[in-house]
Amino acid sequence: MNRLYLERRAVPSRLMGVGAPVLALAAMILCAIPMLRLEGLEPLATLRVFFLQPLSTGNGISEWLLKANPLILIGLGLAVGYRANVWNIGAEGMYTVGAICAGWVALRFADGTHHWLLPAMMLAGVLGGMAWAAIPAFLKTRLNTSEILVSLMLTYVAQLLLAWLVNGPMQDPGGLNYPQTALFSESATFSPLVAGMRLNASIFITLGVVVLTWLLLDRSFLGFQLKVSGQAPAAARYAGFAQARLIWISLLISGATAGLAGMFEAAGPLGQLSPVISPGYGFAAIIVAFIGRLRPVGVVFGGLLLSLLYLGGEAAQMTLNVPAALSRCFQGLLLFCLLAADVLVDYRVRVMP
Amino acid sequence: MRPRLALEAVTKRYGSFAANDSVSLTVAPGEIHAVLGENGAGKSTLMKIIYGAIRADAGEIFWEGREVSIASPSAARDLGIGMVYQHFSLFETVSVVDNIALVNKDRFDRVRLAARITQLSERYGLPVDPHRLVHHLSVGERQRVEILRCLLQSPKLLILDEPTSVLTPPAVARLFEVLRALAAEGCSILYISHKLEEIRQLCDTATILRGGKVVGSVRPAQVSIAELAGLMVGSAIAPVTRPRAVQGAPRLSVSNLSVQPADPFGTALQDVALAVHAGEVVGIAGVSGNGQAELLNALSGERITAADRIRLDGVSVGHLGAGVRRQRGLAYVPEERLGRGAVPGMSLAENALLTGHRGGLVRRGFIGTGPIEAFAHRIIQRFGVKCSGTNAVAASLSGGNLQKFIVGREYSLAPSVLIVSQPTWGVDVAAAAFLRQSLIDLSRQGAAVLVISEELEELLEICDRIAVLFRGRLSQALPREAISIDQLGVLMTGRDLQPSAA
Repeated sequence: MNRLYLERRAVPSRLMGVGAPVLALAAMILCAIPMLRLEGLEPLATLRVFFLQPLSTGNGISEWLLKANPLILIGLGLAVGYRANVWNIGAEGMYTVGAICAGWVALRFADGTHHWLLPAMMLAGVLGGMAWAAIPAFLKTRLNTSEILVSLMLTYVAQLLLAWLVNGPMQDPGGLNYPQTALFSESATFSPLVAGMRLNASIFITLGVVVLTWLLLDRSFLGFQLKVSGQAPAAARYAGFAQARLIWISLLISGATAGLAGMFEAAGPLGQLSPVISPGYGFAAIIVAFIGRLRPVGVVFGGLLLSLLYLGGEAAQMTLNVPAALSRCFQGLLLFCLLAADVLVDYRVRVMP
Repeated sequence: MRPRLALEAVTKRYGSFAANDSVSLTVAPGEIHAVLGENGAGKSTLMKIIYGAIRADAGEIFWEGREVSIASPSAARDLGIGMVYQHFSLFETVSVVDNIALVNKDRFDRVRLAARITQLSERYGLPVDPHRLVHHLSVGERQRVEILRCLLQSPKLLILDEPTSVLTPPAVARLFEVLRALAAEGCSILYISHKLEEIRQLCDTATILRGGKVVGSVRPAQVSIAELAGLMVGSAIAPVTRPRAVQGAPRLSVSNLSVQPADPFGTALQDVALAVHAGEVVGIAGVSGNGQAELLNALSGERITAADRIRLDGVSVGHLGAGVRRQRGLAYVPEERLGRGAVPGMSLAENALLTGHRGGLVRRGFIGTGPIEAFAHRIIQRFGVKCSGTNAVAASLSGGNLQKFIVGREYSLAPSVLIVSQPTWGVDVAAAAFLRQSLIDLSRQGAAVLVISEELEELLEICDRIAVLFRGRLSQALPREAISIDQLGVLMTGRDLQPSAA
C-alpha cells in the first residue's frame, strides 16, 4: 500500500518559502467554494465579485491601496519583531494610541494653517505607538512577562481609552453629543492624490518605510542581531548580543509603525476620531507579516492581498448580500492554510513504496 | 550457522548524495561486530535503517534467514532488535522503573517490573536502583538504564552507538564485561565507534565504512591500529607535535568561583580555581554533567558572577557580559554547534559575522558583504571546511565540518584566551589532528588555551597541564608529564581529588 509521509529536508526549501503563500491562497479558495455553496451562492461568480470587481474601477484601485497602506506599514514593524522572536500581538492598540496622539495634536492646533502640523502629527503618532509598545517591553525585560498577553490586553485598554476620550475630553463640543471629535482642519489632513478619490501621499511614506525596513533587516548589523536572537537565542547569548536591548528595539519599532499607521488613518480617510477607527488592521497585519514571509517586499504583497479581502468582503456584501463576517472567515482561513502549507518549507512529501 | 542479521546491498540516498551505497554485512549469533567509520561515513544511517527509524531506498534485510521489512523502531523491537543511542532518551523527572514502563508493552505493574529490573541488573552486573529519579543518576548509570531497557525485551541484537563517549575508563571496562557476557549468551552486538583501541579489545569482526561504502572487513585483533585507521581514513595522518611550552603571565584566572546551576538538574560549582598562562594549553577532564556547562557559562560571560572571580589579563571581568569579554580578547568554541556556536538557518558568511563582527566587518552599523565573504572564505580554505561555499547554510554541514568552521572562526579572531569545549567531537580523524595542532600552535603564539574534553587521549595529546572536574570541584592542574591515564581515570571518579582552591 502506498502511503504519503513527510521527510525532513536537510535545508529549508527556498522555493517553498515563496510558494507556500501561493499554495495557501489556492487552498483558501478551494475551501471557500463549499462554504459559498452552503450560503446558496454561485462560487465562481462570488469569487469574481470578491477578487476582481473591487479592482475594476479607478476608485476601486485607490481604495485598495488606501486600505493596504496601514496593513503594510503595521506588517513591516511586526515582521521586524517576529524575526527577533518578539510576538507583538497588540499592534491594534498601538495603532489606536498613535491615532489618539496624532488626533490630539490636530485638535490642539485646529485654527489657522500650519505646514508643520502633519509632520508633528506623524511624530505624535509614532511616539504614541512607541509609548504603548514600551509597556510590554518594560514588563518583559524586567519581569519576564509574556509580550503576547500584555500587548494583546493593552489593545482593549487602548480601545476603551479612545472610547472614553471621544465621549469626554476630546468630544466635539458642537457635535450634537455624538461620540466623536471635531473634524480635523485642512492642515491636519492629507489631501487626495487624485481629486475625488481618497488615496493620499502617505502611501509614499510607507514605501520609504519598506526600504528602511529592508535596510534594517538585510543590510544592518542591528537587523542581523535581531535575526540571530530570533532564530537561535542561545547563539545570540553566546555571541554576546544584549537580549533586553533587542526586545526593546523590536517592540519600539513595531509600536512606531503601528502608531504611524494610526496617524495615517486618522489624518487620511477618517479625518476625525470616533470609537471605532479600524476594521482590525492591527490584527490583520499579523497575517500580512506571515504571508509576506517576514520580508519587507513580501509584506507589500501580503498587505495588498489582505486589503483586497477587505474590499471583496464589502463588495460581496453590497452586491450579493453576503454576510460581512465572510471576509473575516476568509482571512482566518488564509492564515490557517498558510500555517499548514509552511510545513512544506521544512519537509517534503514522499510516497512510501 | 544461519546469520542473525544480513544486509544485502542496502542503499540510502539523500538527493544526489548516497549516505549508504550498496552496503552488505552479516552478523552471526553471539558476535560482537564493530561498524567503524569516520563521521559522515554512513554508520548512523545504516543503524537507523536496521532499527527501522528510516527506510532504505534499495537492498534487502534478512533477519534469521528471512527477508524482512522493518517499518518502525517498534517493529524492530518486536523482531528482537534493541538500540542504545548516543544521546539518551530518558525523562529526568521520573524514576528508572517509570522510564522503562513507558516503553514496555507489558501490562503496567511497577512492582513486578522493578523486581525484574533488579534481577537483570544483578545478573549482568549493571547495578541500578529502579526507584531513583533519573536526574540523580550519573551518565554511566543512565546508560545502564538504557541498556537494561533493551535487555528487558530479551533482544537478539543490540545496537550501541558510540557507547563509551560519555564513560570514565573504569566504566568502559565494566561495560565491556557486560557486553561480553551478553554475547556469550548468544545476543549479537553491533558496536558503532571510531575509537580504534576499544574495537580491537572488544570486537570479533569489524566492517569499515568510508563515504557510505564498505571498504573493508577485518578481524580487529589481528590488525594494528594504524592499519585500522588507514582503512577508515583512506590515507595516513600526520601526528600532532607539541613543542615545549614557555609559560608566560596568567591570561585567564579563576578564583573562588562558586556558581549555583541555572538548570534544576545542573551541578553547582564549588570554589573553583584555575590559571591559564600565555603559551600553554590547559585541559579539564571529566565526564559531562560534573559542572562543565556551568563553568563554561561563567567563563564565557553567558552567566555573570562577582567581578573578581574571573580575570582576563589581570582585569576583573566576572561581572561583564559575553560581548564585553570578547572585546577584551576572549574567544570560545561551545560544545553545542548548531543553535549556539552557529545559527542553523544562516549561511557560513553570516555565521562568520556572528562573533567576527569586531574585525572591521561592520561599518557604521551596516554589514560589509564583501569583507564577510572574504573572512568566511579564509576560514573555509584554511581549515578545510567541506561545503558548497560561503553561502552554504550552517545546518547543511556535517557536525565535523561545522566544528572546523567554528574553531576556525574563533582561531581567526586571534584571541588572547581561547576556550574550547569538546574540540573534536564528531570530527574525522584527520581533521581532529589538524584542529588539535591548531590549538597548540595558537598557544605557542602567546594565547592561553583552555580545553574541556571528555576524551582523555585527546587531552593527553595536546595539553601541558590537566585538571579534573568532578561534581563541581576542580582538581589541581597537573603537568602532562606527571600524569597517567589511569590516574586521570581515578580522579574522574572523585577519589584522591585535591581541591584546586587549596
